[in-house]
Amino acid sequence: MSFHDVVVIGGGGAGLRAAIAVAETNPALRVAVISKVYPMRSHTVSAEGGAAAVAADDDTLDEHAYDTVSGSDWLCDQDAVEAFVAEAPRELLRLEHWGCPWSRQPDGRIAVRAFGGMKNRRTWFAADRTGFHLLHTLFQTALSYSDIVRYDEWYVTKILVDDGRAYGVVAIELSTGRIETITAGAVIVCTGGCGRVYPFTTNANIKTGDGMALAYRAGAALKDMEFVQYHPTGLPFTGILITEAARAEGGWLLNKDGYRYLQDYDLGTPSPTPVLRSMELGPRDRLSQAFVHELDKGRTIDTPYGPIVNLDLRHLGAKLIDAKLPFVRELCSKYQNIDPVKELVPVRPVVHYMMGGIHTGIRGETSLEGLYAAGEVACVSINGANRLGSNSLPECLVFGNRAGRAAAVHAGRYRHAVPPAIEAQGRDEVRRLTEDLTRHSEGHERIADIRTEMQATMENGAGIYRDGDSLAKAAEQLEELRSRYTHAAIDDHSTRFNTELIALLELGFMLDVAESIIACAHRREESRGAHQRTDFPARDDERFLAHSLVRRQPDGTSRVTYLPVTITRWPPGERVYGR
Amino acid sequence: MSTYQRPLALFWWLERRSYLLFVLRELSAVFVAWFVVYLLLLVNAVSDGAASYQEFLDWSGRRWVVAVNVLAMLFVLLHAITWFGLAPRAMVIRVRGRRLPPVQVVAAHYLAWLVLSAVVAWLVLR
Amino acid sequence: MADEITLEVARYRPELESEPVMESFQVPLREHWAVLDGLTYVKDQLDGTLSFRWSCRMGICGSCGMTVNGEPQLSCATFLTDYAPGPVRVEPLRNFPVIRDLVIDIDDFMTKLPEVKPWIIRDVHSPVEEGEYLQTPQELDEYQQFSMCINCMLCYSACPVYSLEPDFIGPAAIALAQRYNLDSRDEGAEERRAVLSSPEGIWACTFVGECSAACPKGVDPAGAIQRYKLTAATRSIKDLLMPRSRR
Repeated sequence: MSFHDVVVIGGGGAGLRAAIAVAETNPALRVAVISKVYPMRSHTVSAEGGAAAVAADDDTLDEHAYDTVSGSDWLCDQDAVEAFVAEAPRELLRLEHWGCPWSRQPDGRIAVRAFGGMKNRRTWFAADRTGFHLLHTLFQTALSYSDIVRYDEWYVTKILVDDGRAYGVVAIELSTGRIETITAGAVIVCTGGCGRVYPFTTNANIKTGDGMALAYRAGAALKDMEFVQYHPTGLPFTGILITEAARAEGGWLLNKDGYRYLQDYDLGTPSPTPVLRSMELGPRDRLSQAFVHELDKGRTIDTPYGPIVNLDLRHLGAKLIDAKLPFVRELCSKYQNIDPVKELVPVRPVVHYMMGGIHTGIRGETSLEGLYAAGEVACVSINGANRLGSNSLPECLVFGNRAGRAAAVHAGRYRHAVPPAIEAQGRDEVRRLTEDLTRHSEGHERIADIRTEMQATMENGAGIYRDGDSLAKAAEQLEELRSRYTHAAIDDHSTRFNTELIALLELGFMLDVAESIIACAHRREESRGAHQRTDFPARDDERFLAHSLVRRQPDGTSRVTYLPVTITRWPPGERVYGR
Repeated sequence: MSTYQRPLALFWWLERRSYLLFVLRELSAVFVAWFVVYLLLLVNAVSDGAASYQEFLDWSGRRWVVAVNVLAMLFVLLHAITWFGLAPRAMVIRVRGRRLPPVQVVAAHYLAWLVLSAVVAWLVLR
Repeated sequence: MADEITLEVARYRPELESEPVMESFQVPLREHWAVLDGLTYVKDQLDGTLSFRWSCRMGICGSCGMTVNGEPQLSCATFLTDYAPGPVRVEPLRNFPVIRDLVIDIDDFMTKLPEVKPWIIRDVHSPVEEGEYLQTPQELDEYQQFSMCINCMLCYSACPVYSLEPDFIGPAAIALAQRYNLDSRDEGAEERRAVLSSPEGIWACTFVGECSAACPKGVDPAGAIQRYKLTAATRSIKDLLMPRSRR
């Protein structure tokens, strides 16, 4: 058993930022980062387009806040949004001081680009590899803090809670199979999203919602889980993301007739150059929904990997593409065998981001004492029913920092002994994991089969459009998959880098997350942002201007309640784009 | 934790052209050293007088000495050419804000070599 | 096109084998399928015990480096159709201890990386309130290439010097040090000099150039090392001629 003052689960953008915040707040504190992959493998690395923060003289914090609030379909908490937009510029400057290679204007100042749903240019970028540079800058900066201890390739299986307070975690060291109880004064969950509960996603293999499920099982509430963002432009088959920056730089979305179909969906009128908050620069939920309507009208193109539309970048020219979108060109040529300078890029909507997550306040605090969360795994919420592109990277930084500071204060205050109940829980978890391994070695269900069926269930039941029937059916199917999961087979009995055991544990977490998504989606009888119910097509502020909170009951079932949205200055209104 | 370490094969340097070139290039140091020794022998012979110098010339004319010198020259050429080849990677030269293309850096090196050789030739042959 | 291809995969399970053995699997040969897709097919459908790392499957996280038909490659960016009719031989990256199957131990790199101090070092850190450190696109261009390293370890796997001298700091770490040395915001070149100019640093490199050939991101670590050799040599000569003019 080892002790750290603060344990951070996850070494991506939010986790590393939180760890640095702890180290800066109180250098006497021992902080540890536990991550199932080496930090520089974290999924932050895949973010492409940029990070939003007010920088230009003609932009204001209020405008950034308004864009975020209207983008969220008024489901965000406006106090959180105000804190977010106010601190985002400072956080991005921080990154600049730490060495992030932000793209520049000729005079040496930060360059900003347009982005979907944003009325002004405020998206900072490092070409189209923003997440990569942000993550590596954070990782390399974190290396300079010798008091940040890292547990690389350790997989957390449980958050230890006693009497409503978090005391640490149990984790497996992948390379040896050693199971250890790691106690802490405070725990910060920064494990990112859960795109892998869906079949077609931009998310990396590691995005299995571990942190959400860990917190859920520990008794914390999850919030707004029904809001799953589909990004309108992923490459067919792989699901690799083609960044929104491609449209911000002037790319067009064309249906099979070569027609810029977004003009048919109240998103404005086409113009040759990009217009902010209009057409291709509309918000992601509306663009993905437009795709489904095109599909219904038979105006998409059929391919072996499903229906697609085309993203046209040809008119931008090689020079601009190489300067601003080099990664897009690299990805297209490597994974799709096409050159966007000369050819159309086939794209389709793809699961990209989880607006919901662990319910936290604006300091990253959860409903459990000593447990904090930040980044995609958390739901503060600044994203509400639909996140705007380029708000998620600054969210990792702003709330990673906030959670780190709050956790540092908490851990500094409570440096007392760990209750005996926690040690017992740790021992129980070791026993459970060992028994699981034995029990599942007699199983007969393939892990991959259950996973594939779960993913199909989610796509069919809770896709871009859902209804009461599809959700009820999905709930039923998940229950069946849950029982099949108890018979899942493990052939690998090694203690050495047992990826099959990890896949089994991840699947267990994903089933929890999937159930919570369905439960929340079923209860919300309205359409808002990314949650579109064909049986309740209108937004219903009367009943649902509220966050869904889902908690696990002692019998393992889920219970959904509602929490009013915080409104400070922007009363609910119509979301207007292109007009 | 026990891990497996792949043993290095005896002829690993034959697996790839670049590895072979690397080993040959390393080996070229021996021949550079040989040229130094050869030069010292020459200087020594000259300082000992005409007879000694003639003896040195006769020895140098032997077949195996010529062979060794030809081989040494090939290796030194290899060393020089690969050296010039990597020059543009080591030297980033900017002329009016623009990076000089690698070809020009290499060309400059060969040009310098040519000029130096010409000067030496002029000194020796005049 | 045949509809299947054979993957010959190196297996090493320390409980079962004292050294790696090759195992063959038949996997579908489809357009757009990377070697990695073949491996996940094996894991999901044929043998769940096969262990390998992967994550982003878009060539940016650096997890899935493997030796494919003798060459160090990102398995997510290496396509089965390019190897048809096969077989495709998949082994762990060379020059690293193997933990299991295709999983290598990169602790050595993780220990060496902080030694070159790959972070911004300045005498005075300006407060964030004063705004950004100005950096023109040309200044950015000076180091940008070296900032593209994804730590995938292909360069270490390709480097014969690293295999002969395990103490060599290695291509990626030196390139990252250069990334900061060449950054106009950084003032830490002097602090990095001792490690970089040590026998385990740049002078161990004999310019095989395979690191740059193997790099999937065009970083050119070999170039970074050669450039630093020139810098270090010039610096040493200056120190020799003007011993008092440090910095």
